[in-house]
Amino acid sequence: MRQIRPKIAYLAGRRTTMASLAGLAVLALAAAGCGNSAGPASKSSTGAVSAHPGGVFTILANSSFGVADPAQNYTLEEWQLLIDTHDGLVGFAKVGGLPGTKIVPDLATSIPLPTNGGKTYVFHIRRGIKFSNGQTLTPSAFVTTFDRQFTVPGPTSFYSDFVGASKCSVKGCNLAKSGGVIANDSAYTLTINLTAPDPELMDQLTLPFAYAVPPNTSPKLTGNNVPPGTGPYMWKSYNPNTEAVLVRNPYFHVWSKVAQPNGYPNEIIEKYGLQVSDEVTEVENGEAQEVFDGDQIPSDQLSTLNSPQYASQVHVNTLTADWYMALNTQRPPFNNLEARQAINYAANRTAYVKIAGGPSLAVPACQILPPNFPSYKPYCPYTTGPQTTWSGPNLAKARALVKASGTYGDKVVVDSTNDQVGTELAEQMVSDLNSIGYKASTQLLSGSVQYPFVQNSANWSKWNVAWSAWYQDYPAPSDFLNVLLGCGSIHKNSDASPNIAAFCDPAIQKLINQAEADGSSNPAKAAALWTQIDHMDTQQAPWVDLYNPKQIDFLAKNVHGYEWNPQWYILIDQLWLSK
Amino acid sequence: MAAVAEQVTSTGLRSASAGRNPWALAWRRLRRNRLALAALGLFLLLIVVCAAAPLYAHDVAHDGNVLGPNLNGTTIVHGKVVPVMQEGGGLLKLGETPIGPTWNLHHYFLGADNIGRDVAALLLYGGRASLQIGICSALLCCIVATIVALIAGFFGGLADAILSRLMDVIWAFPVYLLAISLATELLTHSNGIQIGFLHVSATSLWTPTVIIAFIYVPYVYRPVRGQVLSVAGKEFVEAAIAQGASNYRLIFSEILPNVVSTVIVLLPLMIATTILTESALSYLSVGVQPPNVSWGTIISDGQDLLYTRPWVSLAPGIMIVLTVLALNVLGDGVRDALDPRAKLRVR
Repeated sequence: MRQIRPKIAYLAGRRTTMASLAGLAVLALAAAGCGNSAGPASKSSTGAVSAHPGGVFTILANSSFGVADPAQNYTLEEWQLLIDTHDGLVGFAKVGGLPGTKIVPDLATSIPLPTNGGKTYVFHIRRGIKFSNGQTLTPSAFVTTFDRQFTVPGPTSFYSDFVGASKCSVKGCNLAKSGGVIANDSAYTLTINLTAPDPELMDQLTLPFAYAVPPNTSPKLTGNNVPPGTGPYMWKSYNPNTEAVLVRNPYFHVWSKVAQPNGYPNEIIEKYGLQVSDEVTEVENGEAQEVFDGDQIPSDQLSTLNSPQYASQVHVNTLTADWYMALNTQRPPFNNLEARQAINYAANRTAYVKIAGGPSLAVPACQILPPNFPSYKPYCPYTTGPQTTWSGPNLAKARALVKASGTYGDKVVVDSTNDQVGTELAEQMVSDLNSIGYKASTQLLSGSVQYPFVQNSANWSKWNVAWSAWYQDYPAPSDFLNVLLGCGSIHKNSDASPNIAAFCDPAIQKLINQAEADGSSNPAKAAALWTQIDHMDTQQAPWVDLYNPKQIDFLAKNVHGYEWNPQWYILIDQLWLSK
Repeated sequence: MAAVAEQVTSTGLRSASAGRNPWALAWRRLRRNRLALAALGLFLLLIVVCAAAPLYAHDVAHDGNVLGPNLNGTTIVHGKVVPVMQEGGGLLKLGETPIGPTWNLHHYFLGADNIGRDVAALLLYGGRASLQIGICSALLCCIVATIVALIAGFFGGLADAILSRLMDVIWAFPVYLLAISLATELLTHSNGIQIGFLHVSATSLWTPTVIIAFIYVPYVYRPVRGQVLSVAGKEFVEAAIAQGASNYRLIFSEILPNVVSTVIVLLPLMIATTILTESALSYLSVGVQPPNVSWGTIISDGQDLLYTRPWVSLAPGIMIVLTVLALNVLGDGVRDALDPRAKLRVR
């Protein structure tokens, strides 16, 4: 559940490309001649050098990730560090490529099968693990973790189906008492009871919100102090104005190499405040190791990175994300299906891809689910060629639909962010709308204002088209189809209403409910249903899907062992440094 | 007017200037200030060049549109058709780079910006917007400030106290913070501003014009009010009162003509200030809104192209510098011309 804003701190975005990135990873490796997906051993340009620990790995980020409490922080920027300092019951395999999409036991000894009709899970917790402050990990730690989701609070929607969660609030929460999370510290078991079966529970338990913290952690927000974790590193300091420093956790030992391997750098430092262009220059000069992958490299510096000189330092990967224009289905003209389909036919996706940096950095899109995602089957009804991939706008059909809809000449307000990319996308959308007979204008707001503004139903009368972007939280179709377009995702008068288009089709919602119910009992049937839902949503055109973005990792020359995990992206602690 | 004339003649100097209309004296002084005249000429030249934008844009419009994106467009360079946006080279082909300057007045003279628009055309149209907003907001600001200052200074008492404190409150806000707040609020109203029969759309150039004028009213108000207070105590005003002149006549016939020189001195400097403010707000994306452009928005657009296409930012930057420089020099010249203490230089 995340939206990422260009040039902003990068509100997290969880993603994983189920079947994806294998091809991309191969491409990137072939192109770069560096990195590997099997392990951290590698060679430097000066000869055979094996992977070895040591050194300081410095990341440069334009801005910090805000509050550091893992119960609340929802940014990829911190999550990329938290996976090195904390652990959950389960986690995505900490390896690159397709194997990185597999959920493996982490602090639990195994992944339990549900009982009680899919509503109860009993986890056996590993013994002999200590937090970085020396405290021994006990199952009670997870009770604190899940209670804090409601008292801090975090995005509790992930765990709102725990028994007793409905009684929790910022004033207090006792999931143990209500029977939602039961810890047995003598048997080292943790029992989670749900109010209804949830096929995505394991996905949700991989997120940093579910990472273990000591039982005596404050139930309130810890601000910039990150509670101790169990990973190979611990937080030495964090100042959002200057830097975050991670050092080795003296109590760490490897219990599962696939879930939490030891890291290579002795220290990981993330520095804040530089212009992205300066970050690129520093990494080019070897003064730092990485340009934070959420920072958008200026377009003219991209041409510098095309130089063969940096070929081994640049890595490009496709993300399971959508950049789209939500159409306000609650007011004219886009409460009309033909009008929505018309702009989908008219949108010149080649132009949007160029704004994103060209075909090397984005792929035109028509449908809701991104490529290489579970249940994804190519479908693009809004193009001139075969209806699988987008090949060009169909203006004649778009104009005919506008006339048929009776909306010709309507005024349309395109809302977007006022940063460069947001502005350019809005201007192109205005151009596309005007080309089929609308009278479009822009409404550009700062990123921090625009996202809540377009979500709040109180502002429905003020815009018709709104730019947004969505990056997966975890690889499940519901993370796009239900979270972004489900009837239950419309929260009136709230700034947190992710169904920006306010699209609600009862027939589609019925299928969504069916697919979620089938997720545990009949995954194959559920997968087919999700595909059907994706295509039905696309036909209903609540969005103009623009493109699926790609991401650039730019590393210093002395960095080796690059691995790209579809869920966590670059695995920082698996990188090692040569002199 | 009477006061100015009085000061000029009270020295007893016998010169060509004695007995002349003070405006004629001022104009004469200004004409002898070659630097100020050059600045005036430069400013007028910039206005004329920007006003002629359609003449240049005629050749470079795409689909009849100059300010819209042209990402898939082509142009002609050395007789060859080339795409306006050029894909990155090398193995990875990262990025799309707009075409650079062709130095050909018919095809992307200064190159293209990030969405394929002709930078030279943007520069001229942006100049129209910047100059329009700068001049109009300065005029609006000076007119409003003068009216408020006349009311406060002439009537004094409660009116003066209320108006002066109101101006103090407005001036207490950091100028740019206030402007950004107002702009953000107005931009979220898709229907713009509606005051009675007056309607300003959210993306209209009048939105930043009104905002900028508003935030600088206290800045002009203060010196003008001081001048009103000074003039209101002069003998010729007392004489007019003794003759039974109405308040209307006192304000518009006796006081206003004697404070207007202060406003005129401020005007060029205010235009320079408002142009700079407009550029700053537009650079921060809360000033001029698409599809309109201004020098500030062009600089912002060119920020990501500083390495490969520096002209996108440099050209509007140079235009701003030239305009503000011209206005500041002109403002100094006007001040000298209207300053009675400068009379000795008139021969």
